[in-house]
Amino acid sequence: MLFYVFAAATVGASLLVIGQRNPVYSVMLLIASFGGLAGLYVLLDAPFAAVTQIIIYAGAIMVLFLFVVMLLNVAKEDAEEHERSHPLNAPGARRLGAALAVAFLVEMGWAVWHVSTRQSGALSAVPAGDVSSVRQIGRVLFTDYALPFEVTSILILVALLGAIVLARPKPR
Amino acid sequence: MITLNHYLVLSALLFTIGTAGVFLRRNVITVLLSIEIMLNAVNLTFVAAGRQFASVDGQIIVFFVMTVAAAEAAVGLALIIALFRHRESLNPGAYASLKW
Repeated sequence: MLFYVFAAATVGASLLVIGQRNPVYSVMLLIASFGGLAGLYVLLDAPFAAVTQIIIYAGAIMVLFLFVVMLLNVAKEDAEEHERSHPLNAPGARRLGAALAVAFLVEMGWAVWHVSTRQSGALSAVPAGDVSSVRQIGRVLFTDYALPFEVTSILILVALLGAIVLARPKPR
Repeated sequence: MITLNHYLVLSALLFTIGTAGVFLRRNVITVLLSIEIMLNAVNLTFVAAGRQFASVDGQIIVFFVMTVAAAEAAVGLALIIALFRHRESLNPGAYASLKW
């Protein structure tokens, strides 16, 4: 089944992302994980989402990350230095974290069990023709979602200015 | 037979991995990458639900989430550069004080 192949690739790559000490490898593995997600989007008859995933996420955002990682040139995280003082190493925080993790696991298990006992049914075999078409997405985006779309452009502009202001060296 | 539940479980798994990354890693860049994993888990939920209910809105929200993720990455990385310039470290524990 293609679903399991892509799902295994995505989950495995994501696990390796947070298991790496070198951020360059983390970024590369995250790109692989996004490739798996794009495959899942194709399986879901969402080619628009798949292509945007590859072009914007893997192509633009991750390259930005890679750029910063290589600019800062810190190959290893300096764990030893702050190992003792890290708040997560305090015994109270560790106990609370373990309790929260168990609660989260129980909650998720309960949700999955509860949903699967009800019959949710398979994904409808044939998508309603226009769901996967880019034409329909564009039409809805520029009519129903026209205002959010324009607000998004302002958000991008603000983020651009903010990034320039934050990263600029201070004048001395 | 792949149902919507499969996608929801996968999405929950990815979100958990992202959360674990945020809490376990001592590197600000990896923490940002974990946040990206969490955003993608949510995106998968949106696409799967949109497919299930034969609605195009799921993919449109994915588009917006990606835009916000791009803005977040740009500002976050600028912050990391500014912090690194002050502290010469990517460890979140090094940024304990608000002012120096």
